[in-house]
Amino acid sequence: MSGRAARRRGERRADTTLGLAQGLGWFSIGLGLAELLAPHAVSRSLGLRGHEKLIAGYGVREIVAGVGILASRDPTPWIWGRVAGDALDIGTLAGGLATGRGRERGNAGLAIAAVAGVTLLDVLCGRALGERKITERKRLARDYGDRRGMPKPAEAMRGAARDFEVPRDFRIPDPLRPWGSAA
Amino acid sequence: MRALVWHGKQDIRCDNVPDPRIEQPRDAIIRVTSCAICGSDLHLYDNFMPGMKNGDIMGHETMGVVEEVGPDCTNLKKGDRVVIPFTIICGECDQCRRGNFSVCERSNRNKDMADKVFGHTTAGLFGYTHLTGGYPGGQAEYLRVPFADKTHIKVPSSLSDEQVLFLSDIFPTGWQAAVQCDIQPTDTVAIWGCGPVGQMAIRSAVLLGAKQVIAIDNVPERLSMARAGGATTLNFSEDSIVERLNELTGGKGPEKCIDAVGMEAHATATIDSMYDRAKQAVMLETDRPHVLREMMYVCRPAGVLSIPGVYGGLLDKIPFGMAMNKGLTIRMGQTHVNRWSDDLLRRIEQGQIDPSFVITHRVGLEQGPEMYKTFRDKLDSCIKVVIRP
Ligand SMILES: NC(=O)c1ccc[n+]([C@@H]2O[C@H](COP(=O)([O-])OP(=O)(O)OC[C@H]3O[C@@H](n4cnc5c(N)ncnc54)[C@H](O)[C@@H]3O)[C@@H](O)[C@H]2O)c1
Ligand SMILES: [Zn+2]
Ligand SMILES: [Zn+2]
Repeated sequence: MSGRAARRRGERRADTTLGLAQGLGWFSIGLGLAELLAPHAVSRSLGLRGHEKLIAGYGVREIVAGVGILASRDPTPWIWGRVAGDALDIGTLAGGLATGRGRERGNAGLAIAAVAGVTLLDVLCGRALGERKITERKRLARDYGDRRGMPKPAEAMRGAARDFEVPRDFRIPDPLRPWGSAA
Repeated sequence: MRALVWHGKQDIRCDNVPDPRIEQPRDAIIRVTSCAICGSDLHLYDNFMPGMKNGDIMGHETMGVVEEVGPDCTNLKKGDRVVIPFTIICGECDQCRRGNFSVCERSNRNKDMADKVFGHTTAGLFGYTHLTGGYPGGQAEYLRVPFADKTHIKVPSSLSDEQVLFLSDIFPTGWQAAVQCDIQPTDTVAIWGCGPVGQMAIRSAVLLGAKQVIAIDNVPERLSMARAGGATTLNFSEDSIVERLNELTGGKGPEKCIDAVGMEAHATATIDSMYDRAKQAVMLETDRPHVLREMMYVCRPAGVLSIPGVYGGLLDKIPFGMAMNKGLTIRMGQTHVNRWSDDLLRRIEQGQIDPSFVITHRVGLEQGPEMYKTFRDKLDSCIKVVIRP
């Protein structure tokens, strides 16, 4: 495979990753608006009656994450923020599973499955964004292998400053010296 | 004069500001010939450090030529070439007399504020938060140096600006990080972060005779520079740091661990980093202490954690019980620059080390704002920026 083809494929993959991140951003905003504007309907259907304030709060969180993903130069931290939010959601939904009745339990179960699915997407997206940065870096990295800063190789310089006397207040008390270095 | 001025989060501009004047009898004014951007400046740039004000002049790694001195600054004269340490020191208080210069009791002019926030004041610092005096910094054409009769390092004309500039901060900082480890010939020293401070710590640990130096980062060019200095490198995006450190130390963990990263540790794909990211985003936590947690976990019992990396406020989920039960020694602080500067200047003169190896970018003051971004985002393989105003 030629280098150029590989790079092109890398770029295409990067585009899909960014596309996925954007999709997750819009999804966050949509879900957030629903939770914020109709907290009663949402909590009722999930067996979480009495948790309307919490649901509305989650709505705000989703909107903030969504705007963060869409507006920031680098969506990576916001995507990881979504992963943390997903964990909260699953915890709350598990409560609905425990206290809800009949159809509500079913709904809560379905919602957990859905959130788990989205969490997987979030994690994959976060990972892919991370990898994308690494490949990008490697391609552009300069080699500073000649920047030693010392006149001779490290092996020859090791201990060149042993004449330095560590001041008394910087010395580690003998009994606290790690084994092996107690010499 | 022109200076790099802080206007808010990620908003630094090259502005025209009034020239500094002598305000106190011990002051001096220097004409800046070289200055640099430091990792600590990035914490201000990203607005993680409380106490900055719109209009503050940045910069604490500065050197130049004395222009004017106050009546009580008798050991300096116009034309002297000096490096200015980032910590302002009176040289007379109880702490200064012990060599604990970064906690000088007299140089912080906002002592009352610092007493309230820190319990007791620390030294005044150039171009930093108002908690440490809010003194105008040295990324400018001129700098007022308070307590200038003590707050300076005279340098000989035989050495270039680039060879001595880093005596102001990162060289003594890397050195103190290693000295805090009280290195023994049998020690493995693990260093998190291969930025300028990490690079200086690597060379210091080698010179002080560590058996093995292991450096950790995920930026390829920084890792290449770490290897040039004699370190074995680990990439935290690819390697399991704890596993590899144990492998390299016969399963026992490094005796000495240095945190040259500080409060903006990058999220790795671990649960605790995600948790920090999320909490910092909603302002429930100010710092991201992933590196500290990793050091406490992997360090050999009875080992030492040395922390030059800067933290600003409250840290969450620190496994303190683990550190306590393992009997770890923890040493940290802003660097007592003048405590080490004479010795280090001699080592530069003798050619044991030439700290200019770390410089990758040289620019004028106008390009300063753009260089903050380049350095922060590690664009163009940037490791250290030197500015010639
Ligand atoms: N104590 C002092 O007096 C003093 C003086 C100067 C600088 N500092 C502090 O030292 C720290 C480093 O300064 P610098 O100029 O080298 O800055 P820098 O930002 O260039 O370097 C930090 C390095 O840490 C790496 N890093 C991030 N997350 C990591 C992780 N999880 N594991 C390993 N490495 C990771 C980054 O990739 C980067 O290369 C900063 O916190 C700075 O404020 C302290
Ligand atoms: Zn600094
Ligand atoms: Zn003092």
